[in-house]
Amino acid sequence: MALQLDQIQARSGAFDLSANFAVQAGQRVAIIGASGSGKSTLLDVIAGFLHPVTGVVRWAEQEITAHPPGDRPISILFQDTNLFPHLTIGQNLALALNPSSGRLRAGDAEKINTSLARVGLEGFSERRLSEMSGGQQSRAALARVLLQGRPVLLLDEPFAALGPALKVEMLALVAEVADAEGLTVLLVSHDPQDARRFASQTIVVEAGQVSPPQDTATLLDNPPPELRAYLGAG
Amino acid sequence: MAPRAFSIIAALTVAGLVIGPVTAVILRAEAFSGFRPADWQALRFTLLQATLSGLFSVLLAVPLARALARRQFIGRGLLVALLGAPFILPVIVAVLGLLAVFGQSGLLNRLLAPLGVPEVQIYGLHGVLLAHVFFNLPLATRLILQGWLAVPAEQFRLAATLGMGRRAMWLSIEWPMLRGIVPGAFAVIFVICLSSFAVALTLGGGPRATTLELAIYQSMRFDFDLARAAVLGLVQLALALTAGLIALRVTALPVAAKGLDRQVPRWDRTDRWAICTDAAWIALAALFLLAPLLMVTLNGLAGITTLGSSVWQAAGHSILVALGSTALCLFWALPLATRWGEWLGLAGIALSPLVLGIGLFLIVRPFANPFELALYVTATVNAFVSLPFVLRILRPEAEAIRADYKRLRDALGLSGWAWLRWVFLPRLKRPLGFAAGLTAALSMGDLGVIALFADPDRATLPLKVYQLMGAYRMEQAAGAALLLLCLSLGLFWLFDRGGRVGSAT
Repeated sequence: MALQLDQIQARSGAFDLSANFAVQAGQRVAIIGASGSGKSTLLDVIAGFLHPVTGVVRWAEQEITAHPPGDRPISILFQDTNLFPHLTIGQNLALALNPSSGRLRAGDAEKINTSLARVGLEGFSERRLSEMSGGQQSRAALARVLLQGRPVLLLDEPFAALGPALKVEMLALVAEVADAEGLTVLLVSHDPQDARRFASQTIVVEAGQVSPPQDTATLLDNPPPELRAYLGAG
Repeated sequence: MAPRAFSIIAALTVAGLVIGPVTAVILRAEAFSGFRPADWQALRFTLLQATLSGLFSVLLAVPLARALARRQFIGRGLLVALLGAPFILPVIVAVLGLLAVFGQSGLLNRLLAPLGVPEVQIYGLHGVLLAHVFFNLPLATRLILQGWLAVPAEQFRLAATLGMGRRAMWLSIEWPMLRGIVPGAFAVIFVICLSSFAVALTLGGGPRATTLELAIYQSMRFDFDLARAAVLGLVQLALALTAGLIALRVTALPVAAKGLDRQVPRWDRTDRWAICTDAAWIALAALFLLAPLLMVTLNGLAGITTLGSSVWQAAGHSILVALGSTALCLFWALPLATRWGEWLGLAGIALSPLVLGIGLFLIVRPFANPFELALYVTATVNAFVSLPFVLRILRPEAEAIRADYKRLRDALGLSGWAWLRWVFLPRLKRPLGFAAGLTAALSMGDLGVIALFADPDRATLPLKVYQLMGAYRMEQAAGAALLLLCLSLGLFWLFDRGGRVGSAT
C-alpha cells in the first residue's frame, strides 16, 4: 500500500510543479525546500485543493485524483485555521465526525472524549479556542485528525507559530499517534531539524521539481549542491 | 457558500422582479402617443430639485464636516450617530417634524411673526428642498467627514511646521481632498432625490412641484391612465439608470461608515475665527436635525392617546410588511452576498419602487385584484429596494468567511447545510442583525408603492399618517407618526441587538 503521485504536472497561477514519487504506507516523510519552491502546492495536489493538469494521484492502488478533499483518505493540518473559533472544541470535533449535519449521534460524545484524552485534553470539550493556549489548540486539531480516522495525514507547517520546545513536543506527539494508528504522514517544514527528528525519509522540492523520498540522515549529512545553498551549508 | 440551489432561486427571482415589471411597463407604454407639457414640467422639476438638493446638501456639509473633523466636544459621538439616523427615519415622520418647525403655524413662523417678518411658506420647491437637505445633509456630512479623516495626519503636521494660513491649508490639503469626494457625494444625493416620492407627495404637488414619481402616482391614482404611468415610468427608469451608473463610477454606497468617532489632529484648532464658525455650524446642524424630531415627539405624545383602531390596525399591517420584507430580503441576500450578486442587487437602486409597483400591477391585474395584494406587493418591493444596502453590509464579511474557512470546510467535506448552520450564519450574525434592522426600519417607514395600491382596509402606518394629515387631523397624525418612529427605531434596535448578542465575531 502506498501514496503514489504518478507523472503529476500541476499549475498554480504561473507556477508549475512536477512530481513523480511514492510514499509507503505508515512512513513519516518530511518535505523541505526554500520558500516558494512548491512545498505547499505539492500538498494541495495531494489533498485535492489543486487539480493536476496531467498525472494521477493514488492511494492503495485506487485513483483519487478527481475526489474532492473531503472524500479523500487524507486529513490535513494547516498553518492556521484548523478549527472554527466560534464553536466549542466538542462542536468542532462533532463536525469532523458528521460533516453532513454536525450533530452528535449515539456514541459520538464518547469518541470525542477519548480522542481529546489521547492528546492530553481531557475535559476540554466545552472550551473555545480563545480559552486555550497555542499548544492546546494544536492538540485539539490533532484530536480532530484522530476522529476523522483517515490513513494519510498532511502537516502544512501547523506548529510554525509555536515556540521551539512546544514544536518539538507536538512533533513527538504526532509521531507517537501516527505510529500507534499506522498513519502515513507528510510534513512540510522549513527546518531541517524537524526532518531529522520526525521523518525517516525526506522529499526535497526545488523550483517546482519534486525529488523522490531519500533517507533523511544521508540527505542532510551530504546535501546535494542545490540543497546546500538552502541549508546554508556553504 | 449557501447551497447552489438557493443561489439560483434567489438570482432568478431578483432578475425576474427586474425583467418582468420593466417588460410589462415597456409593453404598456407603447400604447401611448406622446409626452404632455405637464410631463415635461415634471421631468424638469425632477432634475431641478435633485440638482439643487444635491448642491445644497453638499455645500452645507463641507463646513459641518470640517467642524466635526477638528472638534472634540461632549455629545460629538451622539451627533455623528444622529447623522446616520435619517437613513432609517420614516420620511413621513420627518415631514411632519419639518411642518411643525417650518410650516404655516410652525415654530419658526410663530417666532418671526412678532418681528413683522413675512410668513415662511413650506409647500413647493423650497419645501421639497428643505426635506431633501434634512435627509441628505447628514449623508453628505458622513461622506465628507470620512474624506477628512482619511487625510494623513502628517499633512496637517507639515502645514503647522510651515506656518500655513487658512487659505494655504485650504488650497493645499482640503480642496484636493474635497475635489475627490464632493462629486461622488453630490451624485449619490442627486440619484436619491431623482426618485423622490414621499417628500414630493407631502410637500410638493401642483403642476409646478411634481416629480416624475409623483406624476406616475397621480396618473395611476387619479386618472387611472396606465399607459401614461408606464411612459413616465420608462422615463424615470432611463433617468435613474443613467444617473445611477454615473454615480456608481464616482462613488461607493455609504451604509455603515466606521471610524467616524476620531478627531483630526490639526494645529489650527485654536484660531478664534475657526472656533466660532465651527461652533456655529455644529449648533445650527444639531438644531436643524433635532428640532423636527423633538417636535414630532412632543406633538406625538399629546396625540398618541387619541389614536383610533384603524391606526393600530395600520401599525399591525406595517409590522407584518416589515417582517415579511426583512425575511424575503435576507433570503435573497444570503446567497447573493458575492460580487456578481451585488451587481444584480444594484437594480434595487436603479429601479424606482413606483416603476416596480406599476409593472407588478400590470402583471398581476389579469389574474387577481392588485388592490387586495397591496401588502404583499409592498413587502416584496421593500425587500427589493433594501437589497443593495443589505448586500453592501453582508458581502465583505461573507467573503471573508468564505476566504478564511474554505480550505477547512473542503478538508472536512462539510455539507452545504452544515456549513450554513455551524459556520456561515453564526459568523455572519452581527452584520446580519444590522442588515435585518435596516431592512425592517426602511420597510416600516416606506410610503411608496403602498400609496399606489392600498385601499382603506390595507393601509400601512405611514399611509395612515399621510391620510390623517390630508384630513387635517394633525394631532392624531402626530401621534401616529410618533408610533411609527418608535416602531421603526424599535425594530432596528431589536434586530441589531439580536445580531450582537452572542455574536461569533
